[in-house]
Amino acid sequence: MSVLTPARGTQAIFRINPVAKLAAALLLAGVLILTIDWVSAVVALACEFVLFFWAGLSLKAFAVRTLPVWIAAPTAGVTTLLYGQAAGAVYWSFGLVNVTEGSLELAIATTLRILAIGLPSVVLFVTVDPTDLADGLGQVVKLPARFVLGGLAGLRLVGLFLEDWRSLELARRARGIADRGVLRRLLSQAFALLVLSIRRGSKLATAMEARGFGAPVRRTWARPSSFRGREVALVGIGLAVALLSVSVSVATGSWNFVLT
Amino acid sequence: MTPAAAASVSGASVVARGWGWRHAGRRGWAVNGLDLRIEPGERVLLLGASGAGKSTLLHALAGVLGGDEEGEQRGQLLVNGAEPTAARGQAGLLLQDPDSQVILARVGDDVAFGCENLGVPREEIWRRVSDALDMVGLNLPLSHPTSSLSGGQKQRLALAGVLAMRPGLLLLDEPTANLDPGGVLDVRDSVARVLENSAATFIVIEHRVAVWQNLVNRVIVLDAAGGVLADGHPDDVLTRQGERLAAAGVWVPGRGNGLTASRRETSSASAPGSVPLLRTPGLAVARTRVGVLARDIDLTVHAGTALAVTGPNGAGKSTLMLTLAGLLKPAGGAVLASPEFAGGADEEPIRWKSRQLLTRIGTVFQSPEHQFVAATVRAELAVGPRALKRPEANINARVDEVLQRLRLDHLAEANPFTLSGGEKRRLSVGTVLATQPRLLMLDEPTFGQDLRTWREIVALLDELLREGTAVVAVSHDTDFVVALADREYHLTGRAGRSVTPRAAVSR
Repeated sequence: MSVLTPARGTQAIFRINPVAKLAAALLLAGVLILTIDWVSAVVALACEFVLFFWAGLSLKAFAVRTLPVWIAAPTAGVTTLLYGQAAGAVYWSFGLVNVTEGSLELAIATTLRILAIGLPSVVLFVTVDPTDLADGLGQVVKLPARFVLGGLAGLRLVGLFLEDWRSLELARRARGIADRGVLRRLLSQAFALLVLSIRRGSKLATAMEARGFGAPVRRTWARPSSFRGREVALVGIGLAVALLSVSVSVATGSWNFVLT
Repeated sequence: MTPAAAASVSGASVVARGWGWRHAGRRGWAVNGLDLRIEPGERVLLLGASGAGKSTLLHALAGVLGGDEEGEQRGQLLVNGAEPTAARGQAGLLLQDPDSQVILARVGDDVAFGCENLGVPREEIWRRVSDALDMVGLNLPLSHPTSSLSGGQKQRLALAGVLAMRPGLLLLDEPTANLDPGGVLDVRDSVARVLENSAATFIVIEHRVAVWQNLVNRVIVLDAAGGVLADGHPDDVLTRQGERLAAAGVWVPGRGNGLTASRRETSSASAPGSVPLLRTPGLAVARTRVGVLARDIDLTVHAGTALAVTGPNGAGKSTLMLTLAGLLKPAGGAVLASPEFAGGADEEPIRWKSRQLLTRIGTVFQSPEHQFVAATVRAELAVGPRALKRPEANINARVDEVLQRLRLDHLAEANPFTLSGGEKRRLSVGTVLATQPRLLMLDEPTFGQDLRTWREIVALLDELLREGTAVVAVSHDTDFVVALADREYHLTGRAGRSVTPRAAVSR
């Protein structure tokens, strides 16, 4: 299972247009980022954990794919706890480190917020096939085809870069220059990879042009990408979760607008 | 493509009048003073020495040479009476490198890509996709991932993508140069089937003439000095110009490769009893931690002898070579250097320092670009000797010697990445020779090379072998194996066996 390969399955979620998944994730994130309080985040997380049952992922796949979020969230929380804005009672203090009532509250809010935004984003995107996303961005969002398809084709080169990197490493050992400093070696290797990538990129561009890419005619799309009931429903669910968490937060008086 | 559908495509004509192209920043013209007329439906094999501008012409016909910032044009080049750039999709171009032609992640989508760009209606696209896949004989589901295809399959996929565009002019730029013998035949047969059912005009570049000879009815030879050197029926041109073509690096059928006899018949240096350098008791090789590619490999490499490693794609030939070269860790068993060869270093080459490898084992990678680390050819050759901290005067003398021996002296200040394919190959061999290793490892040294470079590589290795250097080469190239190898190790799936190179001929 590589980071770049989408999970596959037959559940409804796999058939939903990736543009809707993108919209739902952005909507949720956009609303939750407006406030720093633990109430809104807990409400959102509670809803999300119910919804995850329909996400088309096994428990194991869920754990593996969302692992980075589970690591990032507490890390950011601990940092906030130690260095966040001091307020209220001081629990512990050492040099720059100031654990206070305020920073503790902030830390919990931050951790929950990252989970509430990160988990649904990852879960929604794990089931996105890059080709389908490009189709959606081109046909539904009407982004320029050059941009969307150029990006999509470029994505395929990532696998080749990994192979190139490995070969460059072996070649440097064979050339007798692998004994010197790690930093220097990595820098020169990274530069070599850059040169190779540019060459690969321009070859790919030629191959695409040879297939009429950028021809002055209106492009058609072989795969239809539609935005219908299912898609609207998913965005609606995202909106509902966002609104519910905001309402509860405001009602309990814990709404804490970031810009005030 | 069904025969009926294909017949609806009419062949395109090609006309060049005093046409020339100069790449931006170059002093010389890549193509110059070209006058040519190709009638609709003609099948043309385009030949010429490397640097004669064959690829440039094909790219221009496909309309992908780029605009004014890419170079300068003179004269006229017309496809069906119009500028090629104005009629995208009229010409379909298949390139040499299988990896850089796969555009999308799934087989069906990749074939559909060209049709989409030309604005073909959706239902029509999918009809064309399945026709084109049938035509090239690629019987895979449309959702099959393109990343799991072999080189030959990737080329056939790209050909299907080109065919689905229904071009009146089909252009192939060395489509089989990077393929193993099986892949070459697959692609050739696919093209033959296409031509049987199509009226399209066809132009192919290839220096291995035998592959395409029976599919074309005209041979055009470009002159490196500009214009056309020869033009006519394949038999006439190949008979009359055979010698000149061979000198220019073209593999002309029936002329052989210019070697009088194989090395084993003329030398006695490979007599048994010569000094063993490496042995591999129970060796198993793997690229990743899981997935052993081959096991139970028991080999001995002797000084002054050549060992060829052969076998199908994916059998682990390159992995075996890299393991012998002390670059990859054995997955089982060991690679052991004789005390005399190790010369004070550890018994296992994988434990040697990078610098210790230089005078012992030199490795030439399949892709020369992976091993270039300097900005000029001269600096590239000095990398090894410098890492060994040799005195400056010593380094210069050695670099000059290698430059001359490999005919690279006129390119000493050039950037390695700007060299031609043959020059890059010679330089990558040169970088290794600069430190005079006693064992030379080569991965497909003759892949995609023209006859001239091929002969130079064989002659150079022959000379090194006579001087006592040992050679291990991974190769698909039967001519090369027969010309040079004392022994052949054939890898098949999980294990390998030793055969004599003679057996390779009859296979």
